[in-house]
Amino acid sequence: MQTPFKRTQGLGSAGAGTGQFWTQRLTAIANVPLAIFLVVLVLTLAGADYEAARSSIANPLVAVSLVLLICSGVWHMCIGMQTIIEDYLHRPRFKIAALILNVLFSGTIVATCLWAVLKISFNTPPFL
Amino acid sequence: MKQAIRLRQRPLSPHLQIYRRHVTMVMSILHRITGAALYLGALLLAWGLVATAWSESAYGAFESFVGSPLGKIVLLGYTWALAHHLLGGLRHLVWDTGRGLERAGANAIAWGTLIGSIMLTAIVWGASHLIIWNS
Repeated sequence: MQTPFKRTQGLGSAGAGTGQFWTQRLTAIANVPLAIFLVVLVLTLAGADYEAARSSIANPLVAVSLVLLICSGVWHMCIGMQTIIEDYLHRPRFKIAALILNVLFSGTIVATCLWAVLKISFNTPPFL
Repeated sequence: MKQAIRLRQRPLSPHLQIYRRHVTMVMSILHRITGAALYLGALLLAWGLVATAWSESAYGAFESFVGSPLGKIVLLGYTWALAHHLLGGLRHLVWDTGRGLERAGANAIAWGTLIGSIMLTAIVWGASHLIIWNS
């Protein structure tokens, strides 16, 4: 008795299986505490001056949490926007252009935000 | 014959405007809209972080936008969108376990998403005003 290789892989015709569904749930779960962290951080920074804001973001716990939030959050929003594009844009030219722009936009947001957090972290005097 | 000639209107499958508004339907649509809004809202986060990394004057420009009436409306919308999308996401995670799919349960958590998102927004903005008054 034999089972075709593609059936044992369970990756379907697109070759990606349920990977996207799984990643969307994984990043969703990660985003719950990270989003709450972001709200608390923004609240503590309300009305803060420049140096206070910098030293707050440079705190290792804050900086690492921001890095996690940026990675998990943008990954989540990239998959979400891809789903929206696939649902509503049917003309191949528009759809493919939008799918490409979505990834480029998301990648730019990740790179820019990470650059900013790292620059603030590395430019600030040692913590403690 | 290259082109099919349509002599009469063929039936179309029902779309949004056919159905009665229902709380689960509206919350589902809002989940998408808030998700898309947060997608654009990432630009605000990026602006804030880059401004803080860049210079004191760039930070000042960001702060004055966030403190302006328009900035406050954007931030209020961002807060509500985040709260709604977060609660709506938790709802989806509950559904993934196979629970809360029956009519009464689905309606209850749909209303919970709406009411909870408004309450969370009120709590966050109440807290922000307390912090600003005390500082």
